[in-house]
Amino acid sequence: MKVWVPMDSAARALGADDVAKAVAREAAARGVDVQLIRNGSRGMVWLEPLVEIERDGQRLAYGPVAPADVAALLDGTLEGHGPVEEIPFFARQTRLTFARCGVIDPLDLDDYAAHGGLAGLHRAIGMDGAEIVAEVTASGLRGRGGAGFPTGIKWQTVAGAVADQKYIVCNADEGDSGTFADRMIMEGDPFTLIEGMVIAGLGVGATRGYVYLRSEYPDAIRVMTEAVRIARARGLLGPDVLGSGRAFDMEIRKGAGAYVCGEETSLLNSLEGKRGTVRAKPPLPALEGFLGKPTVVNNVISLATVPVIFERSAQYYADFGLGRSRGTVTLQIAGNVARGGLFETAFGLPLGEVVNDIAGGTASGRPVKAVQVGGPLGAYMPVSKFDTAMGYEDFDAAGGLIGHAGLVVFDDSADMLTMARFAMEFCAVESCGKCTPCRIGAVRGVETIDRIAAGDAAAIPLLTDLCETMRDGSLCALGGFTPYPVLSALTGFPDDFATQREAAE
Amino acid sequence: MRDAAPASDIDPRDIRDLVTPLAGLEGPLLPMLHAIQEEWGHVPAAAVPVLADILNLGRAEVLGVISFYHDFRDHPAGRQVLKICRAEACQAMGGAGMAAETLVRLGVDWHGTTPDGAVTVEPVYCLGLCACAPAAMIGDRVIGRVTPERLVRELGA
Repeated sequence: MKVWVPMDSAARALGADDVAKAVAREAAARGVDVQLIRNGSRGMVWLEPLVEIERDGQRLAYGPVAPADVAALLDGTLEGHGPVEEIPFFARQTRLTFARCGVIDPLDLDDYAAHGGLAGLHRAIGMDGAEIVAEVTASGLRGRGGAGFPTGIKWQTVAGAVADQKYIVCNADEGDSGTFADRMIMEGDPFTLIEGMVIAGLGVGATRGYVYLRSEYPDAIRVMTEAVRIARARGLLGPDVLGSGRAFDMEIRKGAGAYVCGEETSLLNSLEGKRGTVRAKPPLPALEGFLGKPTVVNNVISLATVPVIFERSAQYYADFGLGRSRGTVTLQIAGNVARGGLFETAFGLPLGEVVNDIAGGTASGRPVKAVQVGGPLGAYMPVSKFDTAMGYEDFDAAGGLIGHAGLVVFDDSADMLTMARFAMEFCAVESCGKCTPCRIGAVRGVETIDRIAAGDAAAIPLLTDLCETMRDGSLCALGGFTPYPVLSALTGFPDDFATQREAAE
Repeated sequence: MRDAAPASDIDPRDIRDLVTPLAGLEGPLLPMLHAIQEEWGHVPAAAVPVLADILNLGRAEVLGVISFYHDFRDHPAGRQVLKICRAEACQAMGGAGMAAETLVRLGVDWHGTTPDGAVTVEPVYCLGLCACAPAAMIGDRVIGRVTPERLVRELGA
């Protein structure tokens, strides 16, 4: 009997290790032959630990499973959810990037290949660099880390640069609250990221790569490090990638707890062993990146999506989506939500449908008040904007940003002045200190919001003015985008600012 | 990790032996600092001149890097490090109140260590456990949907 118990951090955080131990213990006690596989997560976090058992060729889902449920689980008497892929939350998805996540043993390269892995790389090996870049451009893939910059254009720039050494750097510094897609794919299907980086290397002529992985993700660091070791041993990495005669190798590097290192130029400085301060652009990292050499800096999900584009074709991928937002978006539904988790779908679903229909509203059962989309630098979207479609341009037009596609749901007990203050406080804690609007502005922002809370109405225009300065005068998105949550809280939820004022009077 | 020795007892030659094999990496300073902290539980002052010498950097430059990053400490932490997430998704699930009560129960403030040296509490901004918030981490072990009772129990405090 095959039994899958996830080793994903979210599943472990909810007790999966104890369940796995109980399965092994119970199976041994009964003398039953159980093959226990520690898979990634299917992304239905409210059902974790979600255990799957193979029966009649189908994988049946049970969850959340506690160690005390394991006897009934093996007896077949525990109530379950039926075949895992028929659970409505899962059945409604289009899984391209996450097709294997939760399905395979993350560190079994043969299992990976049996589920479509390496097919993309084999196709890419038959192409020259220009054809590889053209394929990515044709797919319409845009940077999934937040900025949404066309990946093909970035690769083109690096491919066209002349240098003795070029690099592929994967930004795995997923620090935005409400986002966990990078972590999930690195823990659940690490070879897809490695394969994507190899294809990128072949495309632009880079022979070395780095994954800059945040230290807050010890499980992902373990899995990725082991996956790189296996890939090297099996010839997927090294001087002769899968017998192609072309070289590519890579390393996992651990961050050190600085949020700003998710910004690409800070990341490059940090990778070089410097303070993680922001660099002015130009020069673009594509021309002068890591150690001054041409460097592709892409987010985990962007790179992990490359293999499926080559496996299924650019056109197949581009046929999903909305307007200039092509392909799929990996929505991460989090916070106060009944059904939280990862939902991969074509761009274009309205925000309200995601929150109310797919996620089932709040966990508390109270009305939704706001949804912060795109991390700590994203806007708080009020319910009145729930018809906004999940697309880069649509969110921009609605005064928000889709970012890394994390959605944090708040119920009506949330105080938006408190959240605005937190945004400024977070910016003050995490500012790299390079530019004044961010370094000083964030501190003044906290003070100004405290004045509003104390009843000083004159501080409101001051806050608006400060936000304008931060937005226009900061070098990077930390200072430049902190005004999004602050101003969206102020304009979308004026009562929370007025009530405080009246209470103080 | 070795038992937390007083900083003055750490031999600079041991530091040099530990980090020298990393000198061939591209951008070796962060891997070196992580290695030192893993070994001694903090980055002792004695490491600064050693790193400056090996990497041909100024001491101020090395100190600047150490002080920039939240992870690196200049003195050993408590026997267990508890990181509590303060970010938005956890706040949406009552994380701020959970954290405040945990601090009261342990009798420490953020970055503080209990008087018996058992636990150091640090803020963290996102553990990627946003769909099972609020979240915390003890050492490398993650915990979701956490309560103050659970944390105190897990810490044995």
